[in-house]
Amino acid sequence: MAIVFEKPKALTDAVLHYCPGCPHGIIHRLVAEAIDELGIEGKTIGVAPVGCAVMAYDYFACDMIEAAHGRAPATATGIKRCRPDNIVFTYQGDGDLASIGMAETVHAAARNENITVIFVNNAIYGMTGGQMAPTSLPGQVTQTSPYGRDVKHCGWPIKVSEMLSTLEGPEYIARVAVNNVKNVKNAKKAIKKAFQNQIEGKGFSLVEVVSACPTNWGMTPQKALEWVESDMLPYYPIGVYKDRTAAKEAE
Amino acid sequence: MAKVTFKTDLCKGCGLCVNACPKGILAIDAAQINKKGYSPAVMTDQEKCIGCAFCATMCPDCIITVEK
Repeated sequence: MAIVFEKPKALTDAVLHYCPGCPHGIIHRLVAEAIDELGIEGKTIGVAPVGCAVMAYDYFACDMIEAAHGRAPATATGIKRCRPDNIVFTYQGDGDLASIGMAETVHAAARNENITVIFVNNAIYGMTGGQMAPTSLPGQVTQTSPYGRDVKHCGWPIKVSEMLSTLEGPEYIARVAVNNVKNVKNAKKAIKKAFQNQIEGKGFSLVEVVSACPTNWGMTPQKALEWVESDMLPYYPIGVYKDRTAAKEAE
Repeated sequence: MAKVTFKTDLCKGCGLCVNACPKGILAIDAAQINKKGYSPAVMTDQEKCIGCAFCATMCPDCIITVEK
């Protein structure tokens, strides 16, 4: 019998600290599979965020660095400019990338830095206990919006992929989800492409992964994935928002 | 026949594999408690497994190996 599925080599044997059913584990695996398939494990450098994925440096079997909160794209810029032959990726949540790190994200995209950004959007601050994030949905109940997010008071959730795709700079912006097998397989393709773009020197590639937070949403893992489908995906539609190479070829 | 093996001690019993299985042959075994204190997922009918690896695709903790 041949092995058809096993743990990728780019993940260490460390036990994930995430809550039961947390899709971070799935997304870690997709990144590791992309690294394995492209054969870049030895020259990849990852930048871990602040948030639930802060300990990603223990889980990826490549060199990792921990950035200050939200500054992963700036840290990655520095690494990539000093070591252009290495493959540099950041792995960030929505509280990290879309809130405190928004400036770094937008400017790294505008400069078309040749880095790969994995952006995990689960519409809440997970590590700190479930506060409202810039991506929390209108009406969503969180620790800091107990009556639901009031858009008159807190504004509207930020659609990061749509916003960044209006910039001239970035090469590739896509939104994927990990709520079912089909979407996980498509997410894998997008993440692999984001790394491939960097290898080919094309520039800034960001993959927004619509994820879940069963613990802080107060749902079972399966119910949380159903909520992704019913509530999150209508507001955050899956799709490729920018692909400069494909657009050029189409012309 | 396909074969699915779990690293049972690392299972957190989230049940995503159980829901992903198209043959409905995975279950959370409430009678067992693993080293982490969770009731783990188990295979109930190995003969019916088609080796699609949907369970492993959805497993957040990467504890499933599929052979075919």
